[in-house]
Amino acid sequence: MRAPAGLRLTLRSDPEQRLDLSPLVPHRLAGMDAGAIERLALNTTRRPVVVGDLFRLRPGDPARLAITGGSERFDEVGAGMQGGELVLDGDAGFGAGRGMVAGTLRIAGSAGDHAACDLRGGTIEIAGDAGAFLGGARPGERGGMRGGTVLVLGDAGARAGDHLRRGLIVIEGHAGDHPGSRMVAGTLVVCGTAGALPGYLLRRGTLVLGRAPSLSPTFVDSGATDPVFARLLARLLRPVSQRAARLAATATRRLAGDMAVLGKGELLLPDRA
Amino acid sequence: MPAVTRQRRQPDRRTGRAAASPRDRMTRNGVRIDDTFAEAFDMRGTALLITAPTRRWARQAAVTMTGFATSIIACGAEAAIDAEVAAEETPDGRPGVRVLMFSGSSGELQKQVQNRVGQCVLTSPGSACYAGLEAAETLKLGDALRYFGDGWQISKRLGGRHFWRVPVMDGEFVCEGTTGMTRQAVGGGNLILMARSAAGALRAAEAVVDAIGAVPDAIAPFPGGIARSGSKVGSKYKALMASTNHAYCPTLRGIVPDTELGEDIAAVLEIVIDGLTPEAVAAAMRAGLAAAIPLGPEHGAVRIGAGNYGGKLGRHHFHLRELLP
Repeated sequence: MRAPAGLRLTLRSDPEQRLDLSPLVPHRLAGMDAGAIERLALNTTRRPVVVGDLFRLRPGDPARLAITGGSERFDEVGAGMQGGELVLDGDAGFGAGRGMVAGTLRIAGSAGDHAACDLRGGTIEIAGDAGAFLGGARPGERGGMRGGTVLVLGDAGARAGDHLRRGLIVIEGHAGDHPGSRMVAGTLVVCGTAGALPGYLLRRGTLVLGRAPSLSPTFVDSGATDPVFARLLARLLRPVSQRAARLAATATRRLAGDMAVLGKGELLLPDRA
Repeated sequence: MPAVTRQRRQPDRRTGRAAASPRDRMTRNGVRIDDTFAEAFDMRGTALLITAPTRRWARQAAVTMTGFATSIIACGAEAAIDAEVAAEETPDGRPGVRVLMFSGSSGELQKQVQNRVGQCVLTSPGSACYAGLEAAETLKLGDALRYFGDGWQISKRLGGRHFWRVPVMDGEFVCEGTTGMTRQAVGGGNLILMARSAAGALRAAEAVVDAIGAVPDAIAPFPGGIARSGSKVGSKYKALMASTNHAYCPTLRGIVPDTELGEDIAAVLEIVIDGLTPEAVAAAMRAGLAAAIPLGPEHGAVRIGAGNYGGKLGRHHFHLRELLP
């Protein structure tokens, strides 16, 4: 039996003001008819707007929601998702996937700062770049991401994985300065080059880096990575990113740190890095 | 005290069931098959996957871990190697061996898993240990052994699984947090192989064990899969809870009135089978029968039977009639 078509929202024109799209997630739209969805108010800055002002709606299953046409003014896309699938065919603004619990969020373009912050479960895929504090802690919050998986095919800004507590972040491109800063646990993979001082104040957790030209002196060489864990990590990364899996299999150099704090974390690097 | 297999009553004396008469028997390739059944019991079961840098060391860890695990009467657990696992199919891409373990209670099985993995797998060079069974109920594996790391252990949650990395002298012992436990496990499936000579009984038993080795989710926990000292419940000595099953001892034929053996039988060996499911035990017994019968009475068993307690103690009855090839 063919699955019913998903609900589709098509952007009529570029938005004139920032928009909070957090109401447009499968579990909040479940049970609503097309009219109710079109009348749904969206938080914004100056002039009140409803969904119908901005989007043309094609009714369908809200568990498979598609938003066609993105904008860097689309904030909080997929925030708090509890299941289902949301595909954004374009860019996203601030806080994409914030506090997601389950489900899949796919962003065909790039995402702004604080994407995947406070993520607790589910999967976020960003085909373009991600801004600063990917999966990190928002101002005033004590912790970053607590579970789930984030895949960025492009580059990420500074402080990716800041205060990461649990879960997996894979950046296939490069990362800005201080990736994995203040990490408590979890795994961050940067297939390209990491910016300055990766793992700054890292307590526990694993950073796998393709290149790290600017390492902190508070990381100490602790010999080669155990080949068993490298093999295991590579195999577990394979379903998420082939590129990350290949890197993990070759990341045999291990540095422990950050000795400025707890020092139970690790940087894994290829020998040549 | 002599080694004993699981406790088994003499069928005729304790249950009132008469020894199988010729007309109760079926014949296949000249081998007489008793029209009887194996009586088996519910157990708790689990599986572990052990990997190592080479197959030799994966096997070594598994063999060490499953040593002294023939019977829960005195060993705490019944365990054996279920299968070798190709490197491509293990979590870390190294050669692996799957081990099955069974015990009478969840608590005892947990204790046995913890002690045996801790003393025999953790200590083995280059080893790693993973869950070998997915189930709703779990037993602690790395979750219990991680404390050996003395605070330097590392927890990793990846791909929906939880692993512990414990620093050891040759690197790290990687161990999954938990493994699955099933209450559907069955212990006590069995075949009794009766032959004209000890060599014939051994040939038949070896063929049965080899066949059971190819059946997934089932093991034969006795030495090399074979038990030669079948026992009955009780003894003339009050301190003993089990003693030799005199009805199946060829040297007592003609001495004890309740012997089960005819004049053509000079040796008896037993294969005890545990499985993660009743279906696995039945499949193992079926495979065993199919392997023993082609040897015929000249080279293998002249008669094949099974042990039971009259059907009153165990809820799983595996009738040989239904398992014949």
